[in-house]
Amino acid sequence: MQQQLRTRINDFAFKLANVNGTGSASANGLLMQAIFRMGIPVSGKNLFPSNIQGLPTWYEIRVNKDGHTARSLDYDLMVAMNAQTYARDIREVRSSGYVLYDSSWPLDGSLYREDVHFLPVPFAQMCNENFADSRQRILMKNIAYAGTLVAALDIDMPIVEALLDETFAGKAALRDSNRQALHIGYDYAREHFHCPLPFHLEKMDANGDKILIDGNTATALGCLYAGASIAAWYPITPATSVMDAFRQFCERYRRDPETGRNNYCILQAEDELAAIGMVIGACWNGARAFTSTSGPGISLMNELLGLAYYSEIPAVVIDVQRVGPSTGMPTRTQQADLLECAYASHGDTKHILLFPSDPAECFEFAVKSFDLAERFQTPVIMLSDLDIGMNDWVAPRLRWDDSYRPDRGRVLSEEDLKSVAKFHRYTDEDQFYVPSRTLPGVHQSGAYVTRGSGHNKFGGYTETPSEYQEVVDRLARKQKAAGSLVPHPKVQTRSGAQIGIVAIGGCNPAVQEAVDLLAADGVQADYMRICGFPFHESVERFLYDHDPCFIVEQNRDAQLRSLLTLETCVPKNRLRSVLVYGGFPLSARLVVEEITKQLEVTHAVHR
Amino acid sequence: MPSIVKPVATHPSLQRNELGLTIRDYEGSMSTLCAGCGHDSITAAIVRALWEVAMPPHMLAKMSGIGCSSKTPAYFVNGAHGFNSAHGRMPAITTGANAANRDVTYIGVSGDGDSLSIGIGHMCHAIRRNVRMVYIIENNGVYGLTKGQFSASADVGSKSKRGEPNQIPPIDPVLLALSIGATFVARSFSGDKEQLVPILKAALAHRGLSLIDVISPCVTFNDHSGSTKSYLHTRKHATTATEADFVPPASEILAHIAQNGVTTVTMHDGSVVRFRSVPESYDPSDRARVTAYLLEREKKREIVTGLLFIDESLPDLHEANKTSDVPLARLPFEKLCPGAATLDKLQEDFR
Ligand SMILES: Cc1ncc(C[n+]2csc(CCOP(=O)(O)OP(=O)(O)O)c2C)c(N)n1
Ligand code: SF4
Ligand SMILES: [Mg+2]
Repeated sequence: MQQQLRTRINDFAFKLANVNGTGSASANGLLMQAIFRMGIPVSGKNLFPSNIQGLPTWYEIRVNKDGHTARSLDYDLMVAMNAQTYARDIREVRSSGYVLYDSSWPLDGSLYREDVHFLPVPFAQMCNENFADSRQRILMKNIAYAGTLVAALDIDMPIVEALLDETFAGKAALRDSNRQALHIGYDYAREHFHCPLPFHLEKMDANGDKILIDGNTATALGCLYAGASIAAWYPITPATSVMDAFRQFCERYRRDPETGRNNYCILQAEDELAAIGMVIGACWNGARAFTSTSGPGISLMNELLGLAYYSEIPAVVIDVQRVGPSTGMPTRTQQADLLECAYASHGDTKHILLFPSDPAECFEFAVKSFDLAERFQTPVIMLSDLDIGMNDWVAPRLRWDDSYRPDRGRVLSEEDLKSVAKFHRYTDEDQFYVPSRTLPGVHQSGAYVTRGSGHNKFGGYTETPSEYQEVVDRLARKQKAAGSLVPHPKVQTRSGAQIGIVAIGGCNPAVQEAVDLLAADGVQADYMRICGFPFHESVERFLYDHDPCFIVEQNRDAQLRSLLTLETCVPKNRLRSVLVYGGFPLSARLVVEEITKQLEVTHAVHR
Repeated sequence: MPSIVKPVATHPSLQRNELGLTIRDYEGSMSTLCAGCGHDSITAAIVRALWEVAMPPHMLAKMSGIGCSSKTPAYFVNGAHGFNSAHGRMPAITTGANAANRDVTYIGVSGDGDSLSIGIGHMCHAIRRNVRMVYIIENNGVYGLTKGQFSASADVGSKSKRGEPNQIPPIDPVLLALSIGATFVARSFSGDKEQLVPILKAALAHRGLSLIDVISPCVTFNDHSGSTKSYLHTRKHATTATEADFVPPASEILAHIAQNGVTTVTMHDGSVVRFRSVPESYDPSDRARVTAYLLEREKKREIVTGLLFIDESLPDLHEANKTSDVPLARLPFEKLCPGAATLDKLQEDFR
């Protein structure tokens, strides 16, 4: 039975099922941006295949007036544009929901569902009638379904038209055909269906001066603003767009207007071993340098991360995590590089990690990464993920304080060196156990040999146990001290909280929503989002103060929980796991279901 | 090893260079290599060349990977920064260092294991990028530090110390470099300082990557009669293709002397390399003919030495990337950060 949904404004989700490589991305992006400009909280999740053309691809849009924009699993509308996946797409729509499909070809009877509404539109047929060029016929189908959605969801038409005008500024012919296609879909919907559908949009003012940006672009901006002048990389999804964006920004803002020369150098390395090697060489020489990569690249970088750790050279690595192990699923998201990054390389090593949760933090933490790397003379790895990095997020406007000065750490100047009788690399530590360093090309008395082989505190080669230990023991103290300077955890408390929830990075929107949903169910939870490693001391306190604590993370092996039990004294059995690791962005529903299930078991046992 | 300190007494008659420094000022810590190791002779040639060109010690960076050969940066120019990095990674690290500071002179010292096996990719790509550096392969045909395994430059039939012959074909760094666009390629012998010092000086003046393959016998694992990288074999089979003479920019008069059979190449800093080619027709600027000549000689099992190829016209990494004249690592923050107003404005693109 088809039931009428009750009217819902600015609170629904819809999913677009397309074929990869047919131009749907621009139509979907257009819809996202139009809704954003209507001032409504919105998110778009691109669930795309690791393929260039032909495989199925989905795009999910969720609008929520309360600002909950984690991935929804309840689709009110399916825009089914891919016959290959009709069966599963139609199955996914919630009961009483809608299916919009291309009725140029009849829908197989077996796909029919009694409890949903079907909205047939002959997109292909209409585009064939209106456009002569075969490539255009395919492309315009996308804009046509966007037009239908404009009518069905009450998307503001002037905003959509303005967006087309901006996109095709100076390309009048293209603009006109896009407008034409838009109206073909729009008019058909107005004529044939009751528009808008019961769930639809209304302008709001929730977005203020916010921006619509993906995490990789924001990361690149952070690197630009931090003053990184050298970047080395090897192409890999989902990190590639960090460097693409960095290059674009550099071309715009780093070209000397007088000389035409570049105040940056981007090196496409032969592999990730080289990429991190180049970064280390550049940082050793006093530049701010970074590389962007994903899990497979981190695996290759292990050897040299150990070199930088042991010989105390700054380096910044952006890890946009994807699904592992091995090649895994390159276009799907996960948080499964935590342990690998925390202890990357052989021997006793430990690294500073930062966990941004959205594009605004990608920007902020990228800058912070350089400051920490130079302050502590060690690699810093910022762990973003595919969901944060490649999806468009409504983010608070990025702010910059012009009084910011980079923390270059303890580097001796020419003046300093003139008065130094003999410089010893690993002596003279400060309150963070960081020694001072010197740069090549400055002064002869700063010269020493940097080495990854055993060295004493003077920087000299050693094989003597006590000399070796003296240096690595200081490194351990230094790493621990870094815990006080990494971004502190963000804690939200509720009165009468019975449980604690802990998460990192991209889990944040889903966990925020889950906390609200649990509260509505009568379960009050305090929430701590960890932002850095080594853990700030307040992390341990939170764990002790909450029993049980649910650690929400996107990997199979509960890596964050492992890190917490390794690095704090909290008993392992107080930390429960909520693990979602199939590769799609986290949804609140899964968090709520799992926590509720585990609490019920606990209660049953205690009863 | 700094634990072994050299006596610092300076002989009063030691000559001073333009900077007023004596050759002792270009020395490093005491070598810990085996007595007679070819690598130590190369160190001595490097010291000599750097002293002769009056390199300010602090403007030099000594880069290496891991191996007996890679230890040698500690044995020259104490007043220069060194980076004894990881096995095979020296070219990548030097590429980054060079990108950050173009004013520093980089000498990379590597081994045949370091450069032709584990680090061959990095070496090839540093060559392709034409990173301005002197790249020395101290080539002994074995892994010295790990005790005598064959390296990728061991010739077919060449015998290990235990007598078993190598079966797989070698990689010739000179031919490899020529095939991937190297702009300066030379080969020499650790025992031939007369030849090596001028090559090193020309290499230091070259604006790009100068690859120098130096046959450097390992007296402990590869200096026996079955080895093609032994002192005896190299002395017997080395043929000189060019006798190169390096003339610094100041020495106008010498540079103008035209001699029969002498080719001159003017370097970017105005210095000149004069070649007297031993085979009359040898042209060190013709990549194809140089390659053909080397292959032909190789068939006769001759080791051709000299400055074999040079091309000063190709852009180095910085020219290709149009980077600023001021080293990137020295740019003030104001030149790098576009500031708050720009950030605000550019975000209009994300609305
Ligand atoms: C990743 C890695 N693998 C293996 C080694 C061990 N190792 C050290 S030196 C060396 C070979 C050195 O040979 P070469 O570069 O020819 O230098 P030589 O000692 O002959 O001068 C090897 C295999 C290492 N240091 N690192
Ligand atoms: S083992 Fe061979 S290469 Fe190593 S120091 Fe001894 S002679 Fe030189
Ligand atoms: Mg060797």
